[in-house]
Amino acid sequence: MADRWSAGVIPYAEMGYWQPDYEPKDTDILCAFRVTPQEGVPPEEAGAAVAGESSTATWTVVWTDRLTTYEHYQAKCYRVDAVPGVDGQWIAYIAYDLDLFEEGSIANLTSSIIGNVFGFKPLKALRLEDMRIPTQYVKTFQGPPHGIVQEREYLNKFGRPLLGATTKPKLGLSSRNYGRVVYEALRGGLDFTKDDENINSQPFMRWRDRYLACMEAVNKAQAETGEVKGHYLNITAGDMEEMYERAEFARDLGSVIVMLDLTVGYTAIQSMSKWARRNGVILHLHRAGHATYTRQKNHGVSFRVISKWMRLAGVDHIHAGTVVGKLEGDPASVHGFYDVLRKNSYAADPSKGLFFDQEWASMPATLPVASGGIHAGQMHQLLHHLGEDTILQFGGGTIGHPMGIAQGAEANRVAVEAMIKARNEGRDYLAEGPDILRDAGKRNKPLEMALSTWGDITFDYASTDTVDATPTPS
Amino acid sequence: MRITQGTFSFLPDLTDDEIRLQIDYALAHEWPLSIEFTDDPHPRNTYWEMWGLPMFDLQDPAALLDEVRACREEHPEHYVRVIAYDASLGRQTVALSFLVNRPSEEPGFRLERQEGKDRQIAYTTHAYATDRPSGQRYGRADSGRGARSNGHGR
Repeated sequence: MADRWSAGVIPYAEMGYWQPDYEPKDTDILCAFRVTPQEGVPPEEAGAAVAGESSTATWTVVWTDRLTTYEHYQAKCYRVDAVPGVDGQWIAYIAYDLDLFEEGSIANLTSSIIGNVFGFKPLKALRLEDMRIPTQYVKTFQGPPHGIVQEREYLNKFGRPLLGATTKPKLGLSSRNYGRVVYEALRGGLDFTKDDENINSQPFMRWRDRYLACMEAVNKAQAETGEVKGHYLNITAGDMEEMYERAEFARDLGSVIVMLDLTVGYTAIQSMSKWARRNGVILHLHRAGHATYTRQKNHGVSFRVISKWMRLAGVDHIHAGTVVGKLEGDPASVHGFYDVLRKNSYAADPSKGLFFDQEWASMPATLPVASGGIHAGQMHQLLHHLGEDTILQFGGGTIGHPMGIAQGAEANRVAVEAMIKARNEGRDYLAEGPDILRDAGKRNKPLEMALSTWGDITFDYASTDTVDATPTPS
Repeated sequence: MRITQGTFSFLPDLTDDEIRLQIDYALAHEWPLSIEFTDDPHPRNTYWEMWGLPMFDLQDPAALLDEVRACREEHPEHYVRVIAYDASLGRQTVALSFLVNRPSEEPGFRLERQEGKDRQIAYTTHAYATDRPSGQRYGRADSGRGARSNGHGR
């Protein structure tokens, strides 16, 4: 091994970052990367380079490595598989010792794993497909401040998906007009309404005025229905001090929930998660910006990884795809995201893009939100794909109803209750869905009108981010 | 008004046959059933009166439906709900909760506003029914002869 320490450049694989015989430990963090090497770079060397650049290595030999137990700190690429049916792409499996990471810090975890390596020249492209977080690391986070069980108990709503709507138009309404939309949608039958991601505090409507108007609407709707209602007040702002001020005002007004945008960053999300737990306020996360790095298959970070990070960071809700709506969402991939967010434990399942087993050690679950181009006529498909523990958000599908916003909300609520009832009664609700809805519509004019307005609207485009059935490590 | 708590409040009130099908669904999932009633419909009233203990060992849907009927007959002017409970690890909470009886008239709620500084308002939801003592809140309460609401859909 004398050559190992000669000054100069040697392949990463020869520096110990390629170890095909390595047996991952139960405490290791494991990653599956999709690697597209430059021409002439062997896949093992590409995998080793990713392991090196995301752990201890630099581009040349340094003697100071010999002051450390460097073998302990080196990440190890232990397996490389060709992606079936795609030339030039491999899945590289890399193990990281737990010692490499600070406890309870998504910022630290991601600064290592996706810190430098994505711009590395010997790779044409790189994508982080999945991670296995060992229980020892999971337990350094508290996760969602409430979780699905506690949220349902808090809201007193069981046995069906929750329903929501984003206020539209997303920009331009004054606070008085904005609150009108909230009031109508909630009194009509929705559980939640929502600020959109880019509603923060603009000249046409400042945050404080919006909060006051929305809470008048929420409380009025609550008194008219005898049901708990909520509006996700977006507290996203330019700095933490301002976010705390908005969150505290929302709490003081009695709001059950506030929301954040993913654009605020991981550390801000973790801070607001602590605040939400301390103050008993549900925390909703809008995944603003995610598709810039989650959508393309060959480069970036898969949304299943973002889902995992956000459950650790601690959000109660996160937008995770609709399958049938207007935004990207391959069914198998979306099923995988929902498993990451909701299950306590699951086995690797290549058909859903899940590369590793994952144990959550009783960490509360994050409620996935389906939003974007969905309507009452798809209720059977939504229930089939997404199940009961989800929030279905019909923005246009509520506010665009020809009879009015409250009637749009009522149509959605009647549709979801009719579908749950039929499912529980043992009917084949997926096949009979259109009939179930039509029958419910005979007793309910708003639903009938919703079906005739949007009944056959679908967004049927090929997905960009799909699953390759790749073998999993044994 | 019609309070919309419970899983099926936007549908016509369930018939006994329809209640029986929901009971079957719960039993198929090994979710024990329980029955609760109240005359305080406030949305934050979590603890309704229990109609006996949860029926952990009762598997006969006909007998469960008899319990629903018995509770309704004794409390015709109360809200009565059926709860299916999921005791599995990771849930340990209510799986399904739906109304099976309502008072013949539901007077609803008054929204009280206490105006504070800086345009802030403190809100209180006040159920008109709770102006009267428990047991005397709806119709000919607890006489055992009051009419239960039936079949008024939306």
